[in-house]
Amino acid sequence: MTLSVTAPSLTASSGAPQQMADAWRRQTSLRRFYTVLGVGLLLAAMLASMWFADEANAGHFFDRLPHILDFLGWLVPKDWNDVWRALFDIASPHDTGTQEYNFPLGRIYVWGGFYIPEYFELMITTVNVALVSTFVGFIFAVPFSFIAARNLTPHPALRLIVKRFMELLRAFPEIVIAGLFAAIVSIGPIAAIIAIGLHSIGALGKLFYEINENIDMRAEEGLRAVGANWFERVRFADLPQVLPNFMSYTLLRVEINVRASTIIGAVGGGGIGEELKLSISRGFGAKTLALVLLLFTTIFIIDQFSAWLRRKLVGEQAFMMGA
Amino acid sequence: MATMTAEEILSIEERYPQVFRRPLYKRFAPLFLFIGILTYLIYVLWFFSLPQVLRESHWERLPLFLTQWISYDLQPEFRLDQPEITPKYPRFSALGENPNPDWVIKNPDGTFTVLIDGPAKSVTFGKAQATIVANGQTVPVSLTSGKPVISGPVPDWIAAHDDEVVAKMGFVGEVRVTVDRVKVRKRFLGWANFVFDTRSPFFGKSSGEVISLIVSGPDLKPGTSNLALAGDNIWNNAQWQHGDVWTKLLQTIVMAFLGTLLGGIVAFPLAFFAARNITPSGVLSQVLKRFFDFMRSVDMLIWALFFTRAFGPGPLAGSAAIFFTEIGTLGKTYSEALENIDDKPREGVLSTGANGLLVQRYGVMPEVIPVFISQTLYQWESNTRGATIIGAVGAGGIGLKLWEAMRTNSNWANVFYMVLLILLVVFIFDNISNFLRRRLSRTIHDYNRIQVEQG
Repeated sequence: MTLSVTAPSLTASSGAPQQMADAWRRQTSLRRFYTVLGVGLLLAAMLASMWFADEANAGHFFDRLPHILDFLGWLVPKDWNDVWRALFDIASPHDTGTQEYNFPLGRIYVWGGFYIPEYFELMITTVNVALVSTFVGFIFAVPFSFIAARNLTPHPALRLIVKRFMELLRAFPEIVIAGLFAAIVSIGPIAAIIAIGLHSIGALGKLFYEINENIDMRAEEGLRAVGANWFERVRFADLPQVLPNFMSYTLLRVEINVRASTIIGAVGGGGIGEELKLSISRGFGAKTLALVLLLFTTIFIIDQFSAWLRRKLVGEQAFMMGA
Repeated sequence: MATMTAEEILSIEERYPQVFRRPLYKRFAPLFLFIGILTYLIYVLWFFSLPQVLRESHWERLPLFLTQWISYDLQPEFRLDQPEITPKYPRFSALGENPNPDWVIKNPDGTFTVLIDGPAKSVTFGKAQATIVANGQTVPVSLTSGKPVISGPVPDWIAAHDDEVVAKMGFVGEVRVTVDRVKVRKRFLGWANFVFDTRSPFFGKSSGEVISLIVSGPDLKPGTSNLALAGDNIWNNAQWQHGDVWTKLLQTIVMAFLGTLLGGIVAFPLAFFAARNITPSGVLSQVLKRFFDFMRSVDMLIWALFFTRAFGPGPLAGSAAIFFTEIGTLGKTYSEALENIDDKPREGVLSTGANGLLVQRYGVMPEVIPVFISQTLYQWESNTRGATIIGAVGAGGIGLKLWEAMRTNSNWANVFYMVLLILLVVFIFDNISNFLRRRLSRTIHDYNRIQVEQG
């Protein structure tokens, strides 16, 4: 983008303004040509992609389009109260002995007649997977981030190794780690924790070391002057500066990991994802609606709570910096 | 520094009581947080019954699986209860229909010698006796008494069971001897038949031979040139399925591209109505913002499951899932970017008497377009990663293929091949997106600099 425009000199020959206007017109038309070309290429790529996706799909878009509403038809339960019954494991009067209405079977009795409904238990599993894997990610990402930060690293070679390692963890498909560990620790939430935890180490580590590279180094220099070693410098000079930001990013990670653990659950990691997949593939309307309602509400609450907490954390930090 | 007297400390305490007497909850907050986390971890330990799961897990499988990522094995079997001992290879062996490898030697007296790692690690056997050689030791196993018997001391690399003697030779393989058969497992580094499978006429030929065949050889299959035949054989390699893998990989890329682009196209006009400073009505803004939240919170998985049911499994379902999630994500980020713009260019255009559309075009868009593109590129990048995993629930692409290859627990080399391809794609797309975003941020930077310079 050309940004400097020279004012036409008054002493220039009479042909100069004309030349300048021509040059400007040429430039604009060239730029317009490139814009049109770019948009055209993007549009062509989009149409080609649409065609390719449609060809490779089991059902084709225009064949299936009129049936979209049929597909929504099974979602609507015969009795809307069944959604609540499915959610809280209360027996339905429509129960015909099939899996579609076996709501009370999933009850998990805790104390006498008091039970946790099945879907709540599954949701708790999914949320616990997300929380534990975020915790694992945080515990490893903090030391890694201090090693990987340019201004704090104990050794440049070590920094490069840790950085590459975290990049690998970040790019490695979670599903492969989950599948590998499903074969080792058996299918279930532990494999999901390992997969999401490893990914979180990479993702959080990258964000953390970028924060570390932007800290105020004066506190560090002060501690260095009194002869503090690396651990003492990191603990007393750097950690207090970055901890609020670390916590803020970790909360953001919790939100992402709840979604990730639902998805990993759907491919065998247990929790609510698996149940949802089964319910949708078998076309159980009431159960699906109950699950979607529960999942949607949980994700919404976690998102809002985390956003509130992050505002508090960053606000608190701003207050401390101002004081 | 002079030491403070008790009086001075008291006077400071009087002047700044909040420093010395902070509320209890603030003083003990870190402790409470620590205790809370500890309690939670203990609860989770119980919830997932972690000790039991870890006790019952098979960690010895991990190195085995990891070696299978980069190596393959051949498992010839020799029946001893037949009139003549003959090697038998499993179907779909990496050596093809009738292999005659040089590490299986038929001795003149009818016995066989299998060199697992040269003569230093080998086994020689007839109908009456097998001799296992490894680690500098020679162990004879007698087979005449109805079960395998080792005469002399048993070294620790051999496990002598009641009806079977198992000799483990480390990475290179193992030998299992029973009375009626000998099973050998010999492991090779690398990926067998990666280019041509055993049914291909090019199988087993050196690369020089293949090239000379392609360039100047007689047609191996009448009516097809050797080059086309070789290409077809590679693309349809039965074991590695290059064609299928690459097609599925392209589907994953297309899913991310299409979903993100369509999401951006739909979110773009909506964001103008959702931005508080541009929207004609506050109610509309609130409704749209809640709509964006809804699209995001429903989650890509739920969309993927729904669209898989609606359109059938395939990339169309995946694209639609990413599309719906992206409407929410991009709509939110776009409208936030719009709310952060500088109002002055807009006022300038407005003062010339331009209508609403022209104000957006010349007063707002030049400022936000680079930000929009940058955010869309970022989402595209992260969706390329996410599309893999969405595929595994049936939404098309390489995810499903990956998951199926893993579920059988046997084809880890294929899994690794696909992982390498995915890593490569992620790496390339990260770099493209980073490069474009750096260029864009330079544009934004220049724009801001000019604005500052001009006051």
